[in-house]
Amino acid sequence: MHRQLLAICSLASFAAGLSVASFAGFREFLPGLLAGAWVTLQITVAGCALAVVMGLIAGLCKLYGMLLLRWLAVAYIEVFRGTSALVQLFWLFFVLPHFGVHLSPMVVAIVALGLNVGAYGAEVVRGAILAVPRGQFEASIALNMSRLTMMWRIILPQAFVRMLPPWCNLFIELLKASALVSLITLSDLTFKAYQMNQTTFRTMEIFSLVLAIYLGISLLITLSMRMLEARASAGLARGRTG
Amino acid sequence: MEALVDWAFVWDILPLLARAALVTIEATLLGFGLAASLGLLLAIARMSHQPWIAWPVAGFIEFIRSTPLLVQLFFMFFVLPKFGIVMPAFLTGILGLGLHYSSYCAEVYRSGLENVPRGQWEAALALNLSLPRTYWDIVIPQAIPPVIPALGNYLVSLFKETPLLSAIAVLELMQTAKILGSEYFRYLEPITIVGLFFLGLSLLSAAAIRRVEHWLTTRRG
Amino acid sequence: MVRFHGVTKRYGDLTVLDTLDLEVGPHEKVAIIGPSGSGKTTLLRLLMTLEPIDAGVIEVDGQPLTHMLRNGELVAANAKYVRMMRGKIGMVFQHFNLFPHMTALQNCMEAPVHVLRVSKREAEERATSLLDMVGLADKISHYPSQLSGGQQQRVAIARALAMRPQVMLFDEVTSALDPELVGEVLQVIRQLGEAHPLTMLIVTHEMGFAKEFADRVCFFEAGKIVEQGPPEQVFGRPQHERTRAFLSAVLDLG
Repeated sequence: MHRQLLAICSLASFAAGLSVASFAGFREFLPGLLAGAWVTLQITVAGCALAVVMGLIAGLCKLYGMLLLRWLAVAYIEVFRGTSALVQLFWLFFVLPHFGVHLSPMVVAIVALGLNVGAYGAEVVRGAILAVPRGQFEASIALNMSRLTMMWRIILPQAFVRMLPPWCNLFIELLKASALVSLITLSDLTFKAYQMNQTTFRTMEIFSLVLAIYLGISLLITLSMRMLEARASAGLARGRTG
Repeated sequence: MEALVDWAFVWDILPLLARAALVTIEATLLGFGLAASLGLLLAIARMSHQPWIAWPVAGFIEFIRSTPLLVQLFFMFFVLPKFGIVMPAFLTGILGLGLHYSSYCAEVYRSGLENVPRGQWEAALALNLSLPRTYWDIVIPQAIPPVIPALGNYLVSLFKETPLLSAIAVLELMQTAKILGSEYFRYLEPITIVGLFFLGLSLLSAAAIRRVEHWLTTRRG
Repeated sequence: MVRFHGVTKRYGDLTVLDTLDLEVGPHEKVAIIGPSGSGKTTLLRLLMTLEPIDAGVIEVDGQPLTHMLRNGELVAANAKYVRMMRGKIGMVFQHFNLFPHMTALQNCMEAPVHVLRVSKREAEERATSLLDMVGLADKISHYPSQLSGGQQQRVAIARALAMRPQVMLFDEVTSALDPELVGEVLQVIRQLGEAHPLTMLIVTHEMGFAKEFADRVCFFEAGKIVEQGPPEQVFGRPQHERTRAFLSAVLDLG
């Protein structure tokens, strides 16, 4: 987290230098940019939610699913990791109407980003479950728990804490990828910045504000995840034998 | 009833897309060349014992890593001309890609450099080797091989992000596909072909990287 | 109560158990001793259905454990049957394997509630009395990380007992403990043996304990039972050279 503080500090000093040149500019641009930031935030949160769901489903299917499910999970993961978010975004935006599926740009954005990050999330889920000590699986079997009970009550709660840091990084990746939705005409932060720049050409001020806002949101995400991590690992006391 | 895929159209656009693919590959290689070399310099600067070098560099790396590539591309595209630096969009794109990924590469190099045992540094000091020579002959040759797979992964990531250059009108694959799509009102074939191209190449390179990783780990023992 | 018929277990090229025959009567306490890698732990793991067997049949309470009779032939049993049979067996592990995100009480309640479908109140009562029996009445709300190794192992014993098994397996349960904590765990096992009608299979390196507690001692080596009999006989008058060699090596160090 102190890395992001470092980034903010460097940007702050950069912006401070600029603000000396033109302070009024910030007040001029901020409202419009914040409106765009709101759209960015909505897309990010919804996209992250979808990513978590897809990551859980795909990760569990890949680990424990029957042959067909496992194959589907692998295909989903490889396709969405093997192509970039932009390609996926454009494909859904430009090609789906061809199949008669007409979705709003907002829905396309959330689905594309959620599916993309979800594919990476599947590997995070897998890794976290595999990191739970074997003894926990064996104790559950010895107590005659069903597979479902074992996963739900014993394994996933322990995997959950391990998953949080990598998920935090993925959420920030999604935030960065959300800038792409400006290219399918969604009025997010980047789109607003582009528009404002086209009319006023005050690139430096506009874009440094934009970058600061992105950094701010990513800090928000990191803080929330850290809090979640602290609550989830109470009593777990990781890093000891037994 | 209209067929799902217009194969005649596919046949027609393939040459155009193939030419554009070359642009994409060129952008990838040049961009990564910049990223890999700049990244190493940044990593070394970050490890400097002078805080007035190390801290700004660290801040710069974090700043670039934590913000969207697209915004950085727009920034460079619009700001550079104001300072009198006028260059084709392609070059701007490479600069943007290279800079963005140099921050990722810097982190990769950093872990590689930090994993070189302290003893190596101390032996070099005891032999009174200068710092540049220590880096060049002793530390870097040991730091780099273990991180090659990670660098390879970033190469693939960079490759997959080249479509962003279409936002600043570089005539690479995605831009070409969009133009074809709007010209002929058929987006299915161009964009799907582009998608398959990226998918195919990235799966191939993932396999290649695994090979390299395997070769490296078995060779080093 | 427990019967191994010609059981074989292989890991790749390595044959860990070789056509093993073993019979354990109801309420019998059998200590299993032998050098590492002799297959002792594998024996318990097969009985707990943690691993599949490659050949032979294991019977518990007169019924095959992982096989079913179909048209007079033994075939691999389905999951439902295996779960039913598995319920007769309980196991305590060398490394305790307590659930770290649950208190001692919750550890002992978890399986009865979710597997046996016992009511929470009933499970809590039983868990509390079991934890009291193993001497941890004041620690029921503690997490495993707050307990010593010996205490954790005692919780593990209570947890296994909560499922009311007919057979209890102990896999080197004191080997991971600091020496001063070993005694409290052995004491619990001793009390258990005296108070409850359980069949017990105990893999252990604690020869003194085996000698005074077990009804029968089996000496294992290279996947086969070399010698077995009452403790006085195996320890006092070992008949096989391998047994004598092992005992002299072990008891010299002890």
